[in-house]
Amino acid sequence: MALQSLDIRNRSASTFEGPSARQALEVAKLIDVSRCIGCKACQSACMEWNDLRGAVGVNDGLYTNPADLDDQTWTLMRFYEENLPTGLQWLILKDGCLHCAEPGCLKSCPSPGAIVQYANGIVDFHEESCIGCGYCISGCPFNIPRLRKEDSKVYKCTLCSDRVSVGLEPACVKTCPTGAIHFGSKADMLFQAQGRLADLADRGFKNAAVYDPKGVGGTHVVYVLPHGDHPEKYGLPRRPSVSPLVALWRSGFARTAGVVTMVGVAVAGILHYMRHGPLEVPEEKE
Amino acid sequence: MTVTRRQFVQIAAGGIGATSLAALGFSPARALADTRAFKLTHATETRNTCPYCSVGCGVILYALGDRAKNAHTEIIHVEGDADHPVNRGTLCPKGAGLLDFIRSPDRLQFPEYRAPGSSEWKRVSWDWAVDRIARLVKDDRDKNLLHKNAAGVTVNRWLTSGFLAASASSNETGYLTVKILRALGMTAIDNQARV
Repeated sequence: MALQSLDIRNRSASTFEGPSARQALEVAKLIDVSRCIGCKACQSACMEWNDLRGAVGVNDGLYTNPADLDDQTWTLMRFYEENLPTGLQWLILKDGCLHCAEPGCLKSCPSPGAIVQYANGIVDFHEESCIGCGYCISGCPFNIPRLRKEDSKVYKCTLCSDRVSVGLEPACVKTCPTGAIHFGSKADMLFQAQGRLADLADRGFKNAAVYDPKGVGGTHVVYVLPHGDHPEKYGLPRRPSVSPLVALWRSGFARTAGVVTMVGVAVAGILHYMRHGPLEVPEEKE
Repeated sequence: MTVTRRQFVQIAAGGIGATSLAALGFSPARALADTRAFKLTHATETRNTCPYCSVGCGVILYALGDRAKNAHTEIIHVEGDADHPVNRGTLCPKGAGLLDFIRSPDRLQFPEYRAPGSSEWKRVSWDWAVDRIARLVKDDRDKNLLHKNAAGVTVNRWLTSGFLAASASSNETGYLTVKILRALGMTAIDNQARV
């Protein structure tokens, strides 16, 4: 059923061709950092909707709590105190999966169907197919997926694919009291973002920018950063990209080379056996 | 089981071969791709008001079951009410976490009474609690109601008791609260919403 309502564009480790006749609406989440007050309602709503409850941790003196994303924390408010040319700034970022158009996690995943990309742009992990190898973690330019030790599966934000598939907005978007998080078509979100840039420029944020990095083909979570000239101060890589090694290791070339090597080893083994026969080892050395 | 060196090499080679085949796409099973099932499809929706502060955000409580005779409801999700004029679906972090507040093991679910000088709380019935409150209220008012002030003007003030109202009260409840308490002569009326 969902296969019809939510067509699949890409599927990990598969030569899968999804149905492409239907034109799915590409969706996106817009996170307007300039409107965020760091209340963590999104973090709370995410845990509530996705039935996640982390253990009570330790306060290490920062507002960022818990200290990092984990299998029970799919979105995390990160707080940074940064010296910028404009003075000391308290920067807040809602961290979580960016749902890249060209996802490094999906490209590096060796387990068929463990990571899928829907036609609407959402990149979803299917934990039942996850083998816990952690390649998606190394493949992600944003350091998002987290391995759960107890079940050796990797978890991350689903952009509430279960809600979006029935026509609802993600839980974090709905709850945001200041309207810092919006959800809609990608085109509309980029339009909204441009409007925010104009407003921020009026208020003196001349370097405000939209973060929709092209190195990963654009993302389906787009940020408006007031200090857009310093994305790294928000913990975001300036020019994220998927390592070419990832593309190589899942490529047709690597597969062909792998098959050729395997067949070569088998053939060489048989030839060696035919020529020299079995290796005789004296009993005392065995 | 003892494994000779030769057998060990054979087992290892076989394992590498098999996993290599799987890694190359010759996987035994083809997993289906589907989103997690939407959990509210047939849940019962009940409108309510967030109890935390005076903003009074509208919430929807989603409960298991359709209220059939044999179905026991249990709240499984709380979400902002998009049709509520106050919050239009949004909730602050406290409101967004209401589910755990509802299910909290520390939640007070019945009236309890601690007698003066005692360190023990004991469970009491609502009837007992309401009767006792009414008795104490009446006794205190009968004893301390101030009919006239020093100038001899009729004031009918009751200054020895105060009332703390709830934040989640509707306008109508708030109106009735003030009406009743003023009729009793009470002047110290406050609201938890000022917290």
